[in-house]
Amino acid sequence: MNRLNLLATVALAALLASCSGGSAPSPEQYGANPELPAPQRGLMPNMTISKPAPWGDKMPVVPQGYAIKAIATDLRIPRQTLVLPNGDILVAEGSGGNAPKLKPKDVIAGYIKAMGKSSVKGGNRLTLLRDADGDGTYELKTVFAKDLNAPYGLALVGNTLYVADQDVLLKFHYTVGQTHADGAPVKVTDLPSRINHHWTKALAASADGRYLYVGIGSNSNITERGMTAEVDRARIWQVDAQTGMHRPYATGVRNPTALAIQPGTGTLWAVVNERDEIGPNLVPDYLTSIRDGGFYGWPWSYWGQHVDTRAQPQDPEKVASAIVPDYSLGSHVAALGVAFSSPAMGVKFADGVFVGEHGSWNRADPVGYKVVFIPFRNGHPAGDPIDFVTGFLGDDGLARGRPVGVTVDPRGALIVADDLSNTVWRVTPATPVAAPPATMPATPATTSGAAPAASAGKAKM
Amino acid sequence: MAATIDRTRGALHPLNAVLLAGATSLFLVALLSDIAYFRSFEIQWNNLSSWLLAGGLVIAGFAFLCAIIDLFRTRWRVWPGLVYAVLVLVTWILGFIDALYHARDAWATMPTSLVLSVIVVVLACVALAIAFAGLRAGGAS
Repeated sequence: MNRLNLLATVALAALLASCSGGSAPSPEQYGANPELPAPQRGLMPNMTISKPAPWGDKMPVVPQGYAIKAIATDLRIPRQTLVLPNGDILVAEGSGGNAPKLKPKDVIAGYIKAMGKSSVKGGNRLTLLRDADGDGTYELKTVFAKDLNAPYGLALVGNTLYVADQDVLLKFHYTVGQTHADGAPVKVTDLPSRINHHWTKALAASADGRYLYVGIGSNSNITERGMTAEVDRARIWQVDAQTGMHRPYATGVRNPTALAIQPGTGTLWAVVNERDEIGPNLVPDYLTSIRDGGFYGWPWSYWGQHVDTRAQPQDPEKVASAIVPDYSLGSHVAALGVAFSSPAMGVKFADGVFVGEHGSWNRADPVGYKVVFIPFRNGHPAGDPIDFVTGFLGDDGLARGRPVGVTVDPRGALIVADDLSNTVWRVTPATPVAAPPATMPATPATTSGAAPAASAGKAKM
Repeated sequence: MAATIDRTRGALHPLNAVLLAGATSLFLVALLSDIAYFRSFEIQWNNLSSWLLAGGLVIAGFAFLCAIIDLFRTRWRVWPGLVYAVLVLVTWILGFIDALYHARDAWATMPTSLVLSVIVVVLACVALAIAFAGLRAGGAS
């Protein structure tokens, strides 16, 4: 096995290995009622870092009848993408966070986790990709805006392009066809950025363009930086696009890494990364519709009323009010991208969402490292995830890519950002699907095409 | 008049005591800090304990090394030396397990880390007592 199988601490690993939590076969953890084992934690947390390797002549695997192509390489940590009305693609590149190391463990874990990441420095910029002649080759690759601070969430409303840096929500004026920003961006509002343990700021615009939703991750795994560090964290803000005023739209959401507005209903959906260190099969990351004013459990409980005793003092009232998420994606898959599909993606993948899974690091058997499709029926998830793009983690245990943001191009393509191989992938039906009439009423504001404002935030790092 | 140390009756080299006393003071403050966290939920106490333990383990590691050297130097004839070395080793191992418990997040450290910290301090104190018991201040020659 080439996989580096590292326990958290090097010293005495052999002596204590027998004490660490074993890797039980993982139960099926998909859907509305995942099986949740009892919390467990060995002396050492499970860590399996999939060592990076170049693609070489290998390629990601897509379903029969689909083709995949790298449309941009040598990027600098691409995270999220946005398809503009003329088909151009904006790519947010960057890497954020400035959490101080508080314990000896942070020093060791940081070193180990870095082994599974790209060594490239974050670009702190937006790159624009253009395929002028529509042949599927994006011949233009140019910097649209630079000097940003770990940009992540992207949304377009009319002529305004919103960009969520790790510390501020910005807007640029945008005219279709533009390849460079006119000038410096204007601040909409500051975003919580102290410590920034989970630094990614996911972004989506409401269907009418009046509000922006910003996903703000927690400042810790499970309050180990203290509750004062969690003020204004683990929540989704609703920001008034005109005034920049905000209110918490949902709370107790540990790390909402990607947001999307459901076409037709206008409902806000999110993928959320849940807590670590209570076992390989806890706690499932989830996909859920977000209720206005809803509380989703973090830190006091998970998956509804399952109390997490690590968060003290406890809060039984909050636990009682915690909403059970809609759909479990499985524990530690690290969902970082979500986008609603469209009929242009082909019959089998027409109704549902695509989810980009960055892949696990704290689990003996790696999970994630792929893009899945969750089929929907009547506006709700119905059925197990279907693999859509795989092959990021080889049978040899080497990671060749790690998917982050996913975006549906209304012309019939899925755009996947890969922050390990620094590539943007484009998956298309081999024979273009004749666009049938939209099954859902078109959304008003010209947000980002089919997935009105898909964007996201990042993993548990 | 200079006090000399009579090492003929099985005393350990004073460096042992110095090192272990240093480690014990860190283990002791780590314990107090654990108690503070247990009573207040204030996470900074927990962080402090983690570093104190790490520091204590480094110094206790040297103390163990010293004890082993002493064993060979005295050709294993000094029984307190052997007991002392074993005690330091057990203290170190339990201290290391304590450090792993402290590496857990927030309240997951409790109550095991507090219990282990108590045991580590008690063991270190017993080892210290043995180290010092062998020492006799002698008169001027």
